[in-house]
Amino acid sequence: MKRVYVNEKWCLGCHLCEYYCAFAATGEKDMSRALQGRTIHPRIHIEEGRDDVSFAVSCRHCTEPLCVKGCISGALSKDDGVIRVDKTKCVGCYTCVLSCPYGCIVPTEDGVIDKCELCLQTTEGTPRCVAGCLNRAIVYEER
Amino acid sequence: MNAYKYVIIGNSAAAVGCVEGIRKIDETGSVLIISNEPHHTYGRPLISYLLLGKTDLERIKYRPADWYGRNKVDTKLGVAVTAIDAAAHTVTLEDGGVVTYEKLLAATGSNPFVPPMSGLDTVKKQFTFQTLDSAVALGEAIDETSRVLIIGAGLIGLKCAEGIIDRVKSIAFVDMADRVLPSILDAEASAIIRTRCEEAGISFVLGDSVKEFSGTHAVTNNGAELDFDVLVLAVGVRPNISLVKEAGGSCGRAVTVDEYSATSLPDVYAAGDCTEYKNAVTGDVMVMAILPNAYLQGETAGINMAGVRYAFTKGIPCNAIGFFGKHILSGGSYTGETYFTFDGTSYRKLFYTAERLNGFILIGDKHPPDGEIPAFDRAGIYTNMIRDGVSLKDVDFDAVAVRPGLIAFPKETRREYLGEER
Repeated sequence: MKRVYVNEKWCLGCHLCEYYCAFAATGEKDMSRALQGRTIHPRIHIEEGRDDVSFAVSCRHCTEPLCVKGCISGALSKDDGVIRVDKTKCVGCYTCVLSCPYGCIVPTEDGVIDKCELCLQTTEGTPRCVAGCLNRAIVYEER
Repeated sequence: MNAYKYVIIGNSAAAVGCVEGIRKIDETGSVLIISNEPHHTYGRPLISYLLLGKTDLERIKYRPADWYGRNKVDTKLGVAVTAIDAAAHTVTLEDGGVVTYEKLLAATGSNPFVPPMSGLDTVKKQFTFQTLDSAVALGEAIDETSRVLIIGAGLIGLKCAEGIIDRVKSIAFVDMADRVLPSILDAEASAIIRTRCEEAGISFVLGDSVKEFSGTHAVTNNGAELDFDVLVLAVGVRPNISLVKEAGGSCGRAVTVDEYSATSLPDVYAAGDCTEYKNAVTGDVMVMAILPNAYLQGETAGINMAGVRYAFTKGIPCNAIGFFGKHILSGGSYTGETYFTFDGTSYRKLFYTAERLNGFILIGDKHPPDGEIPAFDRAGIYTNMIRDGVSLKDVDFDAVAVRPGLIAFPKETRREYLGEER
């Protein structure tokens, strides 16, 4: 299965992946118009630490997904290697936030949860964070 | 057909986990689910959201409508099992039917515990709150004039209150404990939730218990008098152990299972709220009746029932639950030294030793002010540290205590987490 992988050596900490992720969720054509003046809630985020270390973190689409197995409503499911959320079933209990070892599930303003679904509904086969990463620190490939 | 390769008693998270575990290994072996509840599998903890209107009878389904068919599962729903004969490999049903199994899972859950209370039989409108049917019945019994008295200020009682508060006149609690949610919160955290509930209009009589009910009136041991229209009994639950126990299986407070979800009886497995098993933090055998563990135990049982040895050893108590916009994410054991910060909104308490993180309590607002991160953000990183017993020698604890992040882990660990298939 293709997944998103990151190589922190190449990450510049520019946060562009976060904006591409938020942009992908809007379904709009123009990025600046879509995001201007809005607080973004990306499903990928950059961690930064000492010594200029930075890297992006997004859903690992785990083989044994604790978020899916622990979901109390059955809103999270995994099909064809992709973990998705059915927001109409989610009640916003955040058991998945409690379960994910990587911290990749984010609450939304609507009181449910959101997560990376690899842009499968929105794009051309490559997640937007990957396509938009200037330094190829984020890749989408088989390993 | 009255002979199945796999028979599962129960139709909730552990049963679903068992089927999905079986089907990882055995795509065709016959499976029968028997449940005394007549419904399609539903998310049991969602019954309060049903009353709240945040889910409905369709969306509450724990798995899609075609799940049984796709997994080739037969069902007998609305039929109770009355006995297990482990030697004969049969279960007997209340309608007199007998079903033969090769491997059996007892996922019998728990039942509300109603202690003997004087005059309880004089209360006409009394309910428990654990099943879909009980929630629907409570929903039909209340209206905007109802004064509701709830006995037990634990997870079930408080969640019930949140579910009905906009549909009733008033809600009062009586609990023997001196604080709310004593099973998952320390005193300081408990006070935050109590205050939020009081702001929502709920009143509490704590450290007290009802001495006598008479119709729509209750008197407590400390002399408080309460008038009510509807009574909800949410004192606690008892694991349903009688089937396994009467068949000769080892039980403590609950059915004893090992890391393979096996009971002491041959070919009989058990999973979920009816079981007790080892807490991975403390090593103590205990009941940890939470849905994620029920699923994981059930899945483990299914894989083993299908003939593959597979162990579940990482069970810890943990809870994610919200009340009136305050969310609690907690886990592990509240022992050791503490790291504690509280700014009036965000509550963060970690329990640790030099070697490892033992537990945590995080409380934050569902909707913090713009730009602020809720206290429970990325809490799963803590859960993972506890579950996997991550050595704090390898972690920048000062950083991870302030905010969970993978940056606190060694570079090599990050490379595994983010650069390898997980």
